[in-house]
Amino acid sequence: MPALGATVIRAGRRFLSSLPALFGVLVFTFLLMRVLPGDPAVFFASGPNAGKEEIEIIRKQMGLNKPVPEQLMLYLYDVGSGNLGRSMMTGQLVTKDLRERLPASLELTFTALLIALVTAVPLGVLAALRPGSIIDHGVRFFCALGVCVPTFVSGLLLIYVFYYLLGLAPDPTGRVDIFASLPPRRTGFLLIDFLFAGDFDGWWAAFRQLILPALSMALFVVAPLARITRASMLVSLGSDFVRTARSVGLPWWRVVVTYALRNAILPVITIAGIVFSTMLGANVLVEKVFSWPGVASYALDALLSSDYAPVQGFVLLMATVFVIVNLLVDILYGIADPRVTIG
Amino acid sequence: MTQSLLALNDLHVTFSTRRGLVEAVRGVTLSLGEGEMLGLVGESGSGKSVTGFAITRLLDAAGRVTAGDIRFRGQEITRISAGDFRHLHGAAMAMIFQNPRAALNPIRAVGDQIADAITAHKRMPRDQARAQALELLRAVQIRDAEKRMAAYPHELSGGMCQRVMIAMAISCNPALLIADEPTTGLDVTTQKVVMDLLTGIAAERGMATILITHDLGLAARYCRRVVVMEQGRLVEEAEPKTLFHAPQHPYTKRLVAASPTASSRIADLVPEEERGRQFAAPVAPRPQPAPGTPPLLEVQKLAKRFDQGAAAVADFSMTISAGESVGLVGESGSGKSTTSRIICRLIDPSEGEIAFEGQSIGHIPARDFHRSLFRKDIQIVFQDPNDSLNPRFTAFDCIAHPLLRLGGMRPGDALRQRVEECAQRVGLGIELLTRFPHQLSGGQKARIGIARAIACRPRLLVLDEPTAALDVSVQAVVLQLLDRLRREDDLAFLFVSHDLNVVRMMCDRTIVLQNGRIVEQGESRTMFDNPKTAYTRELVDAVPHIEPGLAAFAT
Repeated sequence: MPALGATVIRAGRRFLSSLPALFGVLVFTFLLMRVLPGDPAVFFASGPNAGKEEIEIIRKQMGLNKPVPEQLMLYLYDVGSGNLGRSMMTGQLVTKDLRERLPASLELTFTALLIALVTAVPLGVLAALRPGSIIDHGVRFFCALGVCVPTFVSGLLLIYVFYYLLGLAPDPTGRVDIFASLPPRRTGFLLIDFLFAGDFDGWWAAFRQLILPALSMALFVVAPLARITRASMLVSLGSDFVRTARSVGLPWWRVVVTYALRNAILPVITIAGIVFSTMLGANVLVEKVFSWPGVASYALDALLSSDYAPVQGFVLLMATVFVIVNLLVDILYGIADPRVTIG
Repeated sequence: MTQSLLALNDLHVTFSTRRGLVEAVRGVTLSLGEGEMLGLVGESGSGKSVTGFAITRLLDAAGRVTAGDIRFRGQEITRISAGDFRHLHGAAMAMIFQNPRAALNPIRAVGDQIADAITAHKRMPRDQARAQALELLRAVQIRDAEKRMAAYPHELSGGMCQRVMIAMAISCNPALLIADEPTTGLDVTTQKVVMDLLTGIAAERGMATILITHDLGLAARYCRRVVVMEQGRLVEEAEPKTLFHAPQHPYTKRLVAASPTASSRIADLVPEEERGRQFAAPVAPRPQPAPGTPPLLEVQKLAKRFDQGAAAVADFSMTISAGESVGLVGESGSGKSTTSRIICRLIDPSEGEIAFEGQSIGHIPARDFHRSLFRKDIQIVFQDPNDSLNPRFTAFDCIAHPLLRLGGMRPGDALRQRVEECAQRVGLGIELLTRFPHQLSGGQKARIGIARAIACRPRLLVLDEPTAALDVSVQAVVLQLLDRLRREDDLAFLFVSHDLNVVRMMCDRTIVLQNGRIVEQGESRTMFDNPKTAYTRELVDAVPHIEPGLAAFAT
């Protein structure tokens, strides 16, 4: 199929054209970290009463005594050769830390987005089919509630109800029970790895751990998704081609699904992409509440302890994810809408 | 034709709007026999489309049939359930809509859409439905029907989309076809082809057809019986010939007079009893320019190529002398808009010379032309009076804007006087100057567009389809206004239009464009009466006429 090849080529070109932006992010974050107050050397010295000399030695070890432009060049060279530096907190390479933690965040965010979409799209469609009705107002109320309640509050509420009161959920610490055995790592996504290993009890346990944090994340983003679905569904239902579909006597569900919804879903794809990138980095609160070993809480801890390398690595990672997600959205859009060619 | 196929009896349709209930159709009674073709004519707001949508139950959610009944094959259909109506839709009655491209699903291949329409009423495997869809595409004379099955609406021309729409509508052989402005927005030659096809298919399959249109000429050409609507009521019903030669109702008289024909003159556009005021002051004939003065506008070997593509305009040369009116006609894609935009210096030509009163203006980049002294000499009146006015500007601001920017005036009494004078000249009440565009009618907005263009006393006015979006009766008044202004100010016009009858009235000379090249030019009346080239003849023949001799019935 020549069209698919062309899409791939254009996607590649699009990716290349976003590299300068990534470079900008890299430099900007680096400078930002140098400007922020807090001296990592002081932080990582043996104790509060460490002497000036000891701090100086640490500074030298870390290369902080060099002028900033030189530090930047060294840093860029390291990033170019795939080295994001070493975290002072964990003592490990940042790339290793991120590689371990990113799947946890991705798994949580994917699940949350899936839950949000599965809830929001039908709600939006229902609201659009009967604008001004009880259903419409109900959906609006539910969405407003989701946005008003911060994720850490809804997270704590969910824990209180499902863990403390009902005892349905396992204790909210991490991705699996600490005594459970982990499946051999293939993708880092526990739900997938457990399936590969054929360990269905493990899968169920991991799923039970995942569902509460995913729910509290999903609650927060149901609102924008449902609202955009409703709005674009209203436009779609009022359009000329839906009237045409009715005029030739298509069955009701066919008019709604094949004609109206398929057109209305296009802006939802765009919003879902934005929502995904935001959730991945911004839901540090959920990760904290549920002790989820994700990248966002890792970056927050690093930031609090003036640990430069992990923060810079995290920002770079987020920027890259953002670029990739946008690219995916564009490709999806191109497949869903024959009028669009990405370029 | 003993029993009528469709009978409306005292039909009322009401819309609930923010400002309360609005009655769009107020007591329409009419009937239609099997296989008959009826024209339903009226201007915007007359309720003609609403009547059509009420019959097929496709009214907006806000609209409701409040009284009267609709009988289809003797059965009352305003109160049957939605489920029962679905079996009528498409199978017994179908509609063809205005704006065919928007009426088709943009993300579904047209073949699938036609197949959907077939399987909505007949149980059959998908393959068979697609085979039938292909047959239908052939029936509506689409070339390369096999290839077009997989095409999306945006890949087809407007005329092609309308053929697809017709194919969908006839897919289950309905007994009644309602065509709502099926060719509005299409080129005149495409209009003829689509209408011929539509009437041919309807006659062949014995489908009764209601043609809803604002164009009296079109209705006259294709229908045996024409019904005229005004403000939700039927005002007259007759054969086309009778209607156009001896209209009874005052509204019909006005409508017939306002519809430009091949022989009408500007003054004819208003019925005799209403004439007088505008043409009270005869204007002295224009003095001959002194020999040796350069023409007002001289264009030589103009060409425009958009990136990589073929030339949109090539080898275009023309002159306009002061006070002259030149028409530019052609179908969509002929390059007439591009040419007019180059001449009023909104876009840059790729090649060629433009001279205004002997001074070259073609080399000034379009980006900087607003600083040129010639900007106020060349002004433009845009096609769409709705979209070409800033929604946050009052009428006063709109007219004052060029005076402030180009006329060097400052806010104050002088400006106010000047704006009011402009408004008066275009017949816009002073009390309307404080209103915003959305509070004005289409005709009033068109007047603002004209007042804005003449505010700086230009020498050349470029008019890009100035009346295409207006009703004929409003168009008549606006055309008369433009003609009067031209005479009074000795303005030159470059009049871009697709409507040959309008151009014939308004312009001394006309240039015919096809594919960016001049095909023919000459004195308007002579050229249209005796076209020299096949293309011009095709254009002239495609215009629906309402003269008795030419009113050939297609069915």
